[in-house]
Amino acid sequence: MSLQSLDIIRRSATTTPSPQARGAHAGEVAKLIDVSKCIGCKACQVACMEWNDLRDEVGSCTGSYTNPPDLSSESWTLMRFAEYENPDSGNLEWLIRKDGCMHCADPGCLKACPSPGAIVQYANGIVDFHEENCIGCGYCITGCPFNVPRISKKDSKAYKCTLCSDRVAVGLEPACVKTCPTGAIVFGSKDDMKQHAAERIEDLKSRGFEHAGLYDPAGVGGTHVMYVLHHADKPELYSDLPANPTISAAVGVWKGIAKPLGLLAMAATAAFGFLHYLRRGPSEVDKADEEAARRELENTP
Amino acid sequence: MTEAGKSGEIVRYSYATRVNHWIVAICFILLALSGLALFHPALFWLTQLFGGGPWTRILHPFVGIVWAIAFVLLAAKVWRDNFLNSTDRQWLGHIREVLDNRDDGLPVGKYNAGQKLLFWLIVLCLLGLVATGLCMWRAYFALPVDIVRIASMLHAAFATVLICAIVVHIYAAIWVKGSVRAMTRGTVSDGWAWKHHRLWFRDVTRGQQK
Ligand code: HEM
Ligand code: SF4
Repeated sequence: MSLQSLDIIRRSATTTPSPQARGAHAGEVAKLIDVSKCIGCKACQVACMEWNDLRDEVGSCTGSYTNPPDLSSESWTLMRFAEYENPDSGNLEWLIRKDGCMHCADPGCLKACPSPGAIVQYANGIVDFHEENCIGCGYCITGCPFNVPRISKKDSKAYKCTLCSDRVAVGLEPACVKTCPTGAIVFGSKDDMKQHAAERIEDLKSRGFEHAGLYDPAGVGGTHVMYVLHHADKPELYSDLPANPTISAAVGVWKGIAKPLGLLAMAATAAFGFLHYLRRGPSEVDKADEEAARRELENTP
Repeated sequence: MTEAGKSGEIVRYSYATRVNHWIVAICFILLALSGLALFHPALFWLTQLFGGGPWTRILHPFVGIVWAIAFVLLAAKVWRDNFLNSTDRQWLGHIREVLDNRDDGLPVGKYNAGQKLLFWLIVLCLLGLVATGLCMWRAYFALPVDIVRIASMLHAAFATVLICAIVVHIYAAIWVKGSVRAMTRGTVSDGWAWKHHRLWFRDVTRGQQK
């Protein structure tokens, strides 16, 4: 997809400003997933398949409701089911989390991508892959702190949740939001979603979930997909949702200081050679050397 | 090394070694261009040389493997001549004179200390690039993402060091006149050998003179 009515604020592997005359003056968008309201019906998974015309391979049961077993190039969202025995209450809790792209404000995928315009971030905060520019290197997977992008085995392009950028661009909510029967997934401006989350958290606290809270991790600048968690103090309980996701330091160096430093080192080495030549000139073998060599040859036995 | 060249010249590299060297060199250039294309956005246009981004991504690791195998074969031929010894300390002590083209009479074998150090640096980079490159090769290998992250950073670092090293190597060939023909025609002049590699000159000429 190209610009449409969504303007781009960041573009992978691009050093000049992206077109941004049209801002997101209504504010950035966000999807809020209230884990406490989710019943695990997977209607959102189906809606995602329908809207995006995705049909993953029919696999086999791996002993869990999580099905397919992992995100893939044809499964952009996935309900992950975790069974948790709460030591405090003695209850068995079924913690269900809708996994997929978090639409980070500071996206590691975009930072890592070497291909200009294969990953963009719209002014409204959505991070989108433009597969026609994708070269299939997989650097986005290396960059993502949430293990989200997947390379297709068919076309070697990277895919992930688009937050239904095509629907949002024309004023619709994402397909998963549209379909959710319990209202566990809501969509709107990020500010509104935070406010809604605050109300939900207050309610959960009043019901004894004292650690209820919002998941909007600061390490990636906040996300445009947020969770309300009953155990916000232990996000790992929800199928290993990272507590403090950040772009890894190695990726930071590789995609940060290494780039200018590397080119500088190469240019400096070449410049050193050039300047040395200008100053000292070539090291030549002259007649005297050939003479000396011949004299020595004549004198060797 | 006792092949008798024409009078006035000494054989330095066999035909097979020269072919081997140029396979290594061409692969290296292709690797550097395709790698740099992905390294910095300012150089992404280099992907056009390889038929676009996807082809650049596909070809780079295969060229890398050809390069690595060819280099190992070349190294098998020359590594013994690259052990550092006491005369190398002397050469390094006189590095200023060498750079100023005033390096008369330093005892140097087939390779000088600079060439030897460069050789081992390239060996190190080769090992590093192959190990990290394989980790990054998602088409065939699936390693834990933490390893891929560190490998990606190190691959770029090793590549930077290697490219700088090869720039030095190429410049040395331009600077020291009479060197290039060693790798094209296979021979050097007696005077060149006497001036730059006197111990080697004595070694190969002893006992073969008429
Ligand atoms: C002369 C040797 C080599 C040079 C100069 C070189 C250089 C580079 C550079 C600069 C990059 C881009 C890294 C970045 O984006 O920061 C890269 C990527 C990569 N290199 Fe190398 N490399 C060399 C050898 C190898 C070898 C021997 C292998 C594997 C056997 C390899 C495999 C890869 C892979 C898999 C990538 C990721 C991009 C892709 O999939 O094409 N490289 N290389
Ligand atoms: S969750 Fe991963 S794929 Fe999604 S925006 Fe963040 S870094 Fe990119």
